[in-house]
Amino acid sequence: MNDFNRNRFVEFGLRFYIFLSFLFVFAPIAASFVFSFNSDRFPSIPLGSFSTEWYVAVASDPLVWAGLRNTLFVGLIVAVISTALGFGAAYTDFRYRFFGKSAYLALALLPPTIPVVILGLAMLAFLSRINLSGQSISVIIAHIVICSPFAMAITRLRLSQMDPDLEAAAWNLGASEWAAMRYVIVPFAAPAIFGALFITMAVSFDEFAVAWFVSGLNETLPVKVLGFLQGQVSPRINAIGTFVFVISMTLVIFAQLLLTGGAKDAQSASND
Amino acid sequence: MQSNALVTFDGVIKRFGGFVAVQKLDLEIHKGEFLAIMGSSGCGKTTTLRMLAGLDAPTEGEIRLGGKPINDLPTWKRDTPMVWQSLALFPFLNVIENVEFALKMRGVGATERRKRAGNWLERMQISEFAERNISQLSGGQRQRVALARSLVVEPEILLLDEPLSALDAHLKVRMQSVLQNLQRELGITFVYVTHSQSEAFAMADRVVIMSKGVVEQVGSAQEIYRAPRTRFVAEFLGSSNIFAGTVTPTGMLDAATGQHRLPRAMSGAAPKSAATLVVLDTRSYLSAVEPGPEFDWVRAKVVGEEFTGAMAKIYLETSDGSELRVQSGYDELAALPINNGQELFVYWRPEDGHVLPNA
Repeated sequence: MNDFNRNRFVEFGLRFYIFLSFLFVFAPIAASFVFSFNSDRFPSIPLGSFSTEWYVAVASDPLVWAGLRNTLFVGLIVAVISTALGFGAAYTDFRYRFFGKSAYLALALLPPTIPVVILGLAMLAFLSRINLSGQSISVIIAHIVICSPFAMAITRLRLSQMDPDLEAAAWNLGASEWAAMRYVIVPFAAPAIFGALFITMAVSFDEFAVAWFVSGLNETLPVKVLGFLQGQVSPRINAIGTFVFVISMTLVIFAQLLLTGGAKDAQSASND
Repeated sequence: MQSNALVTFDGVIKRFGGFVAVQKLDLEIHKGEFLAIMGSSGCGKTTTLRMLAGLDAPTEGEIRLGGKPINDLPTWKRDTPMVWQSLALFPFLNVIENVEFALKMRGVGATERRKRAGNWLERMQISEFAERNISQLSGGQRQRVALARSLVVEPEILLLDEPLSALDAHLKVRMQSVLQNLQRELGITFVYVTHSQSEAFAMADRVVIMSKGVVEQVGSAQEIYRAPRTRFVAEFLGSSNIFAGTVTPTGMLDAATGQHRLPRAMSGAAPKSAATLVVLDTRSYLSAVEPGPEFDWVRAKVVGEEFTGAMAKIYLETSDGSELRVQSGYDELAALPINNGQELFVYWRPEDGHVLPNA
């Protein structure tokens, strides 16, 4: 880049703007993080002494452990199933041309655009009618509906970077359609598949509203957190919040590393 | 002679919706020949190749490979490996894994397939890159990987879809000789699709020229160059002067550019019948003064010139607007006043003319 074309004041302004945006997004989380290590009962300044007592309190609460177990159980199953569904939908889009394809794509990508309260109510009404409400499976079903479109979007982006001749080349070299899927499509899409696993797990891990409607007694951690808040104001909330944030961020960062790394590969392969 | 045919296209038609990509193709591809299918984009050459590979199904007609109909055989059971225009190398596999792919699909064991793939890398002189990623290779090296990947199963036929189009001119010429030598050594059939006349003529034993889904001419490069069958072929080659007209009662050709003598073999043609005379640009000459009576000539104005080393091509236009070209040595042209707008005589010997059998 030529320095000649840069304006120092504009540059500084833009950097400052980015800084403000991040501050706006992360300040509440940072505050929660700081107060989770504060010995005072109420979040106030000046801070009391450093303490891990709230973490200890949380860790010794069997209800929190039950919520976490439930969340992880749901999250893992949701990640696997919605990634598989999303991959199937993305591959259908990649491979086939058919009548009504744009309608098919719009429908497949629709669920995240529905307001969660409406989705949650609808899920509750539907699942209770077929006697599936109030169980872990209810949360799993609801979360698969929400997460599959994310998995599809991620896989679809990756497949769009693929040379369309690649699959035909595999057939031409003696691979049946299943073999081409296993040895060409899946390896090519692998970064997106892993990325989708992490993202869908993170979405399920964080999702509160729909889970609140359908989970009944098998509450996930976010629902449990709400229960805490209603009963009492306790810094334990900060400890749980920090914990959940770290888990989600880790998942999202993993996904991001996989996806951008994969994109670079595909680019350098097609560039020259 | 039937036993010589490896591939037979028997009345093959391919339609995509209302568009006819290939119309009634009857073609035999011989064992061990280097066949080029040439034409401009959309002429049906790639569709023909894809039907042979099993990537497109013929709408009508039958394709036979080694005497057996293969219309219903899926592409992975055909043994018709192809080198793709995009090369379509697998970016997530390294060089030797790419070459091993076809063997792996055929259930060859790991040690055996590594050995056979290694042999092919050696043969293509790319052994040192065996463990490299595809993205680390140059264009020419990728070409060799693509060839090795297709040839590792030792097929009877290799299909090539414009594989050299992405290379620069220098590398193209080198790869042409690599391909030609490879085909001779292996003795297998190569079917090579290209839009480039120089590639087709340089390598192929026989050239098929297609236009709008129809085969215009099949023959050796020499035959096609010397005696084009149709006006399309003559124009496509771009190396002839074309005069269309009617035959006069005295056995001359009455064209827009004047009356020209027909070659002896044709002078008996029925009067009033249409005929097209072509004269190669290398057999056409320029002069500033009127040529002698042993020649036929037309007047034309210089409109452009193209120098290619020792040879030059001069483009001229007659008063009726038809374009002529003369290819000549630099030295002969130096004596002439070649300026844009300069009027010159374009002349040729009548016996060098060729009359198109199918105008």
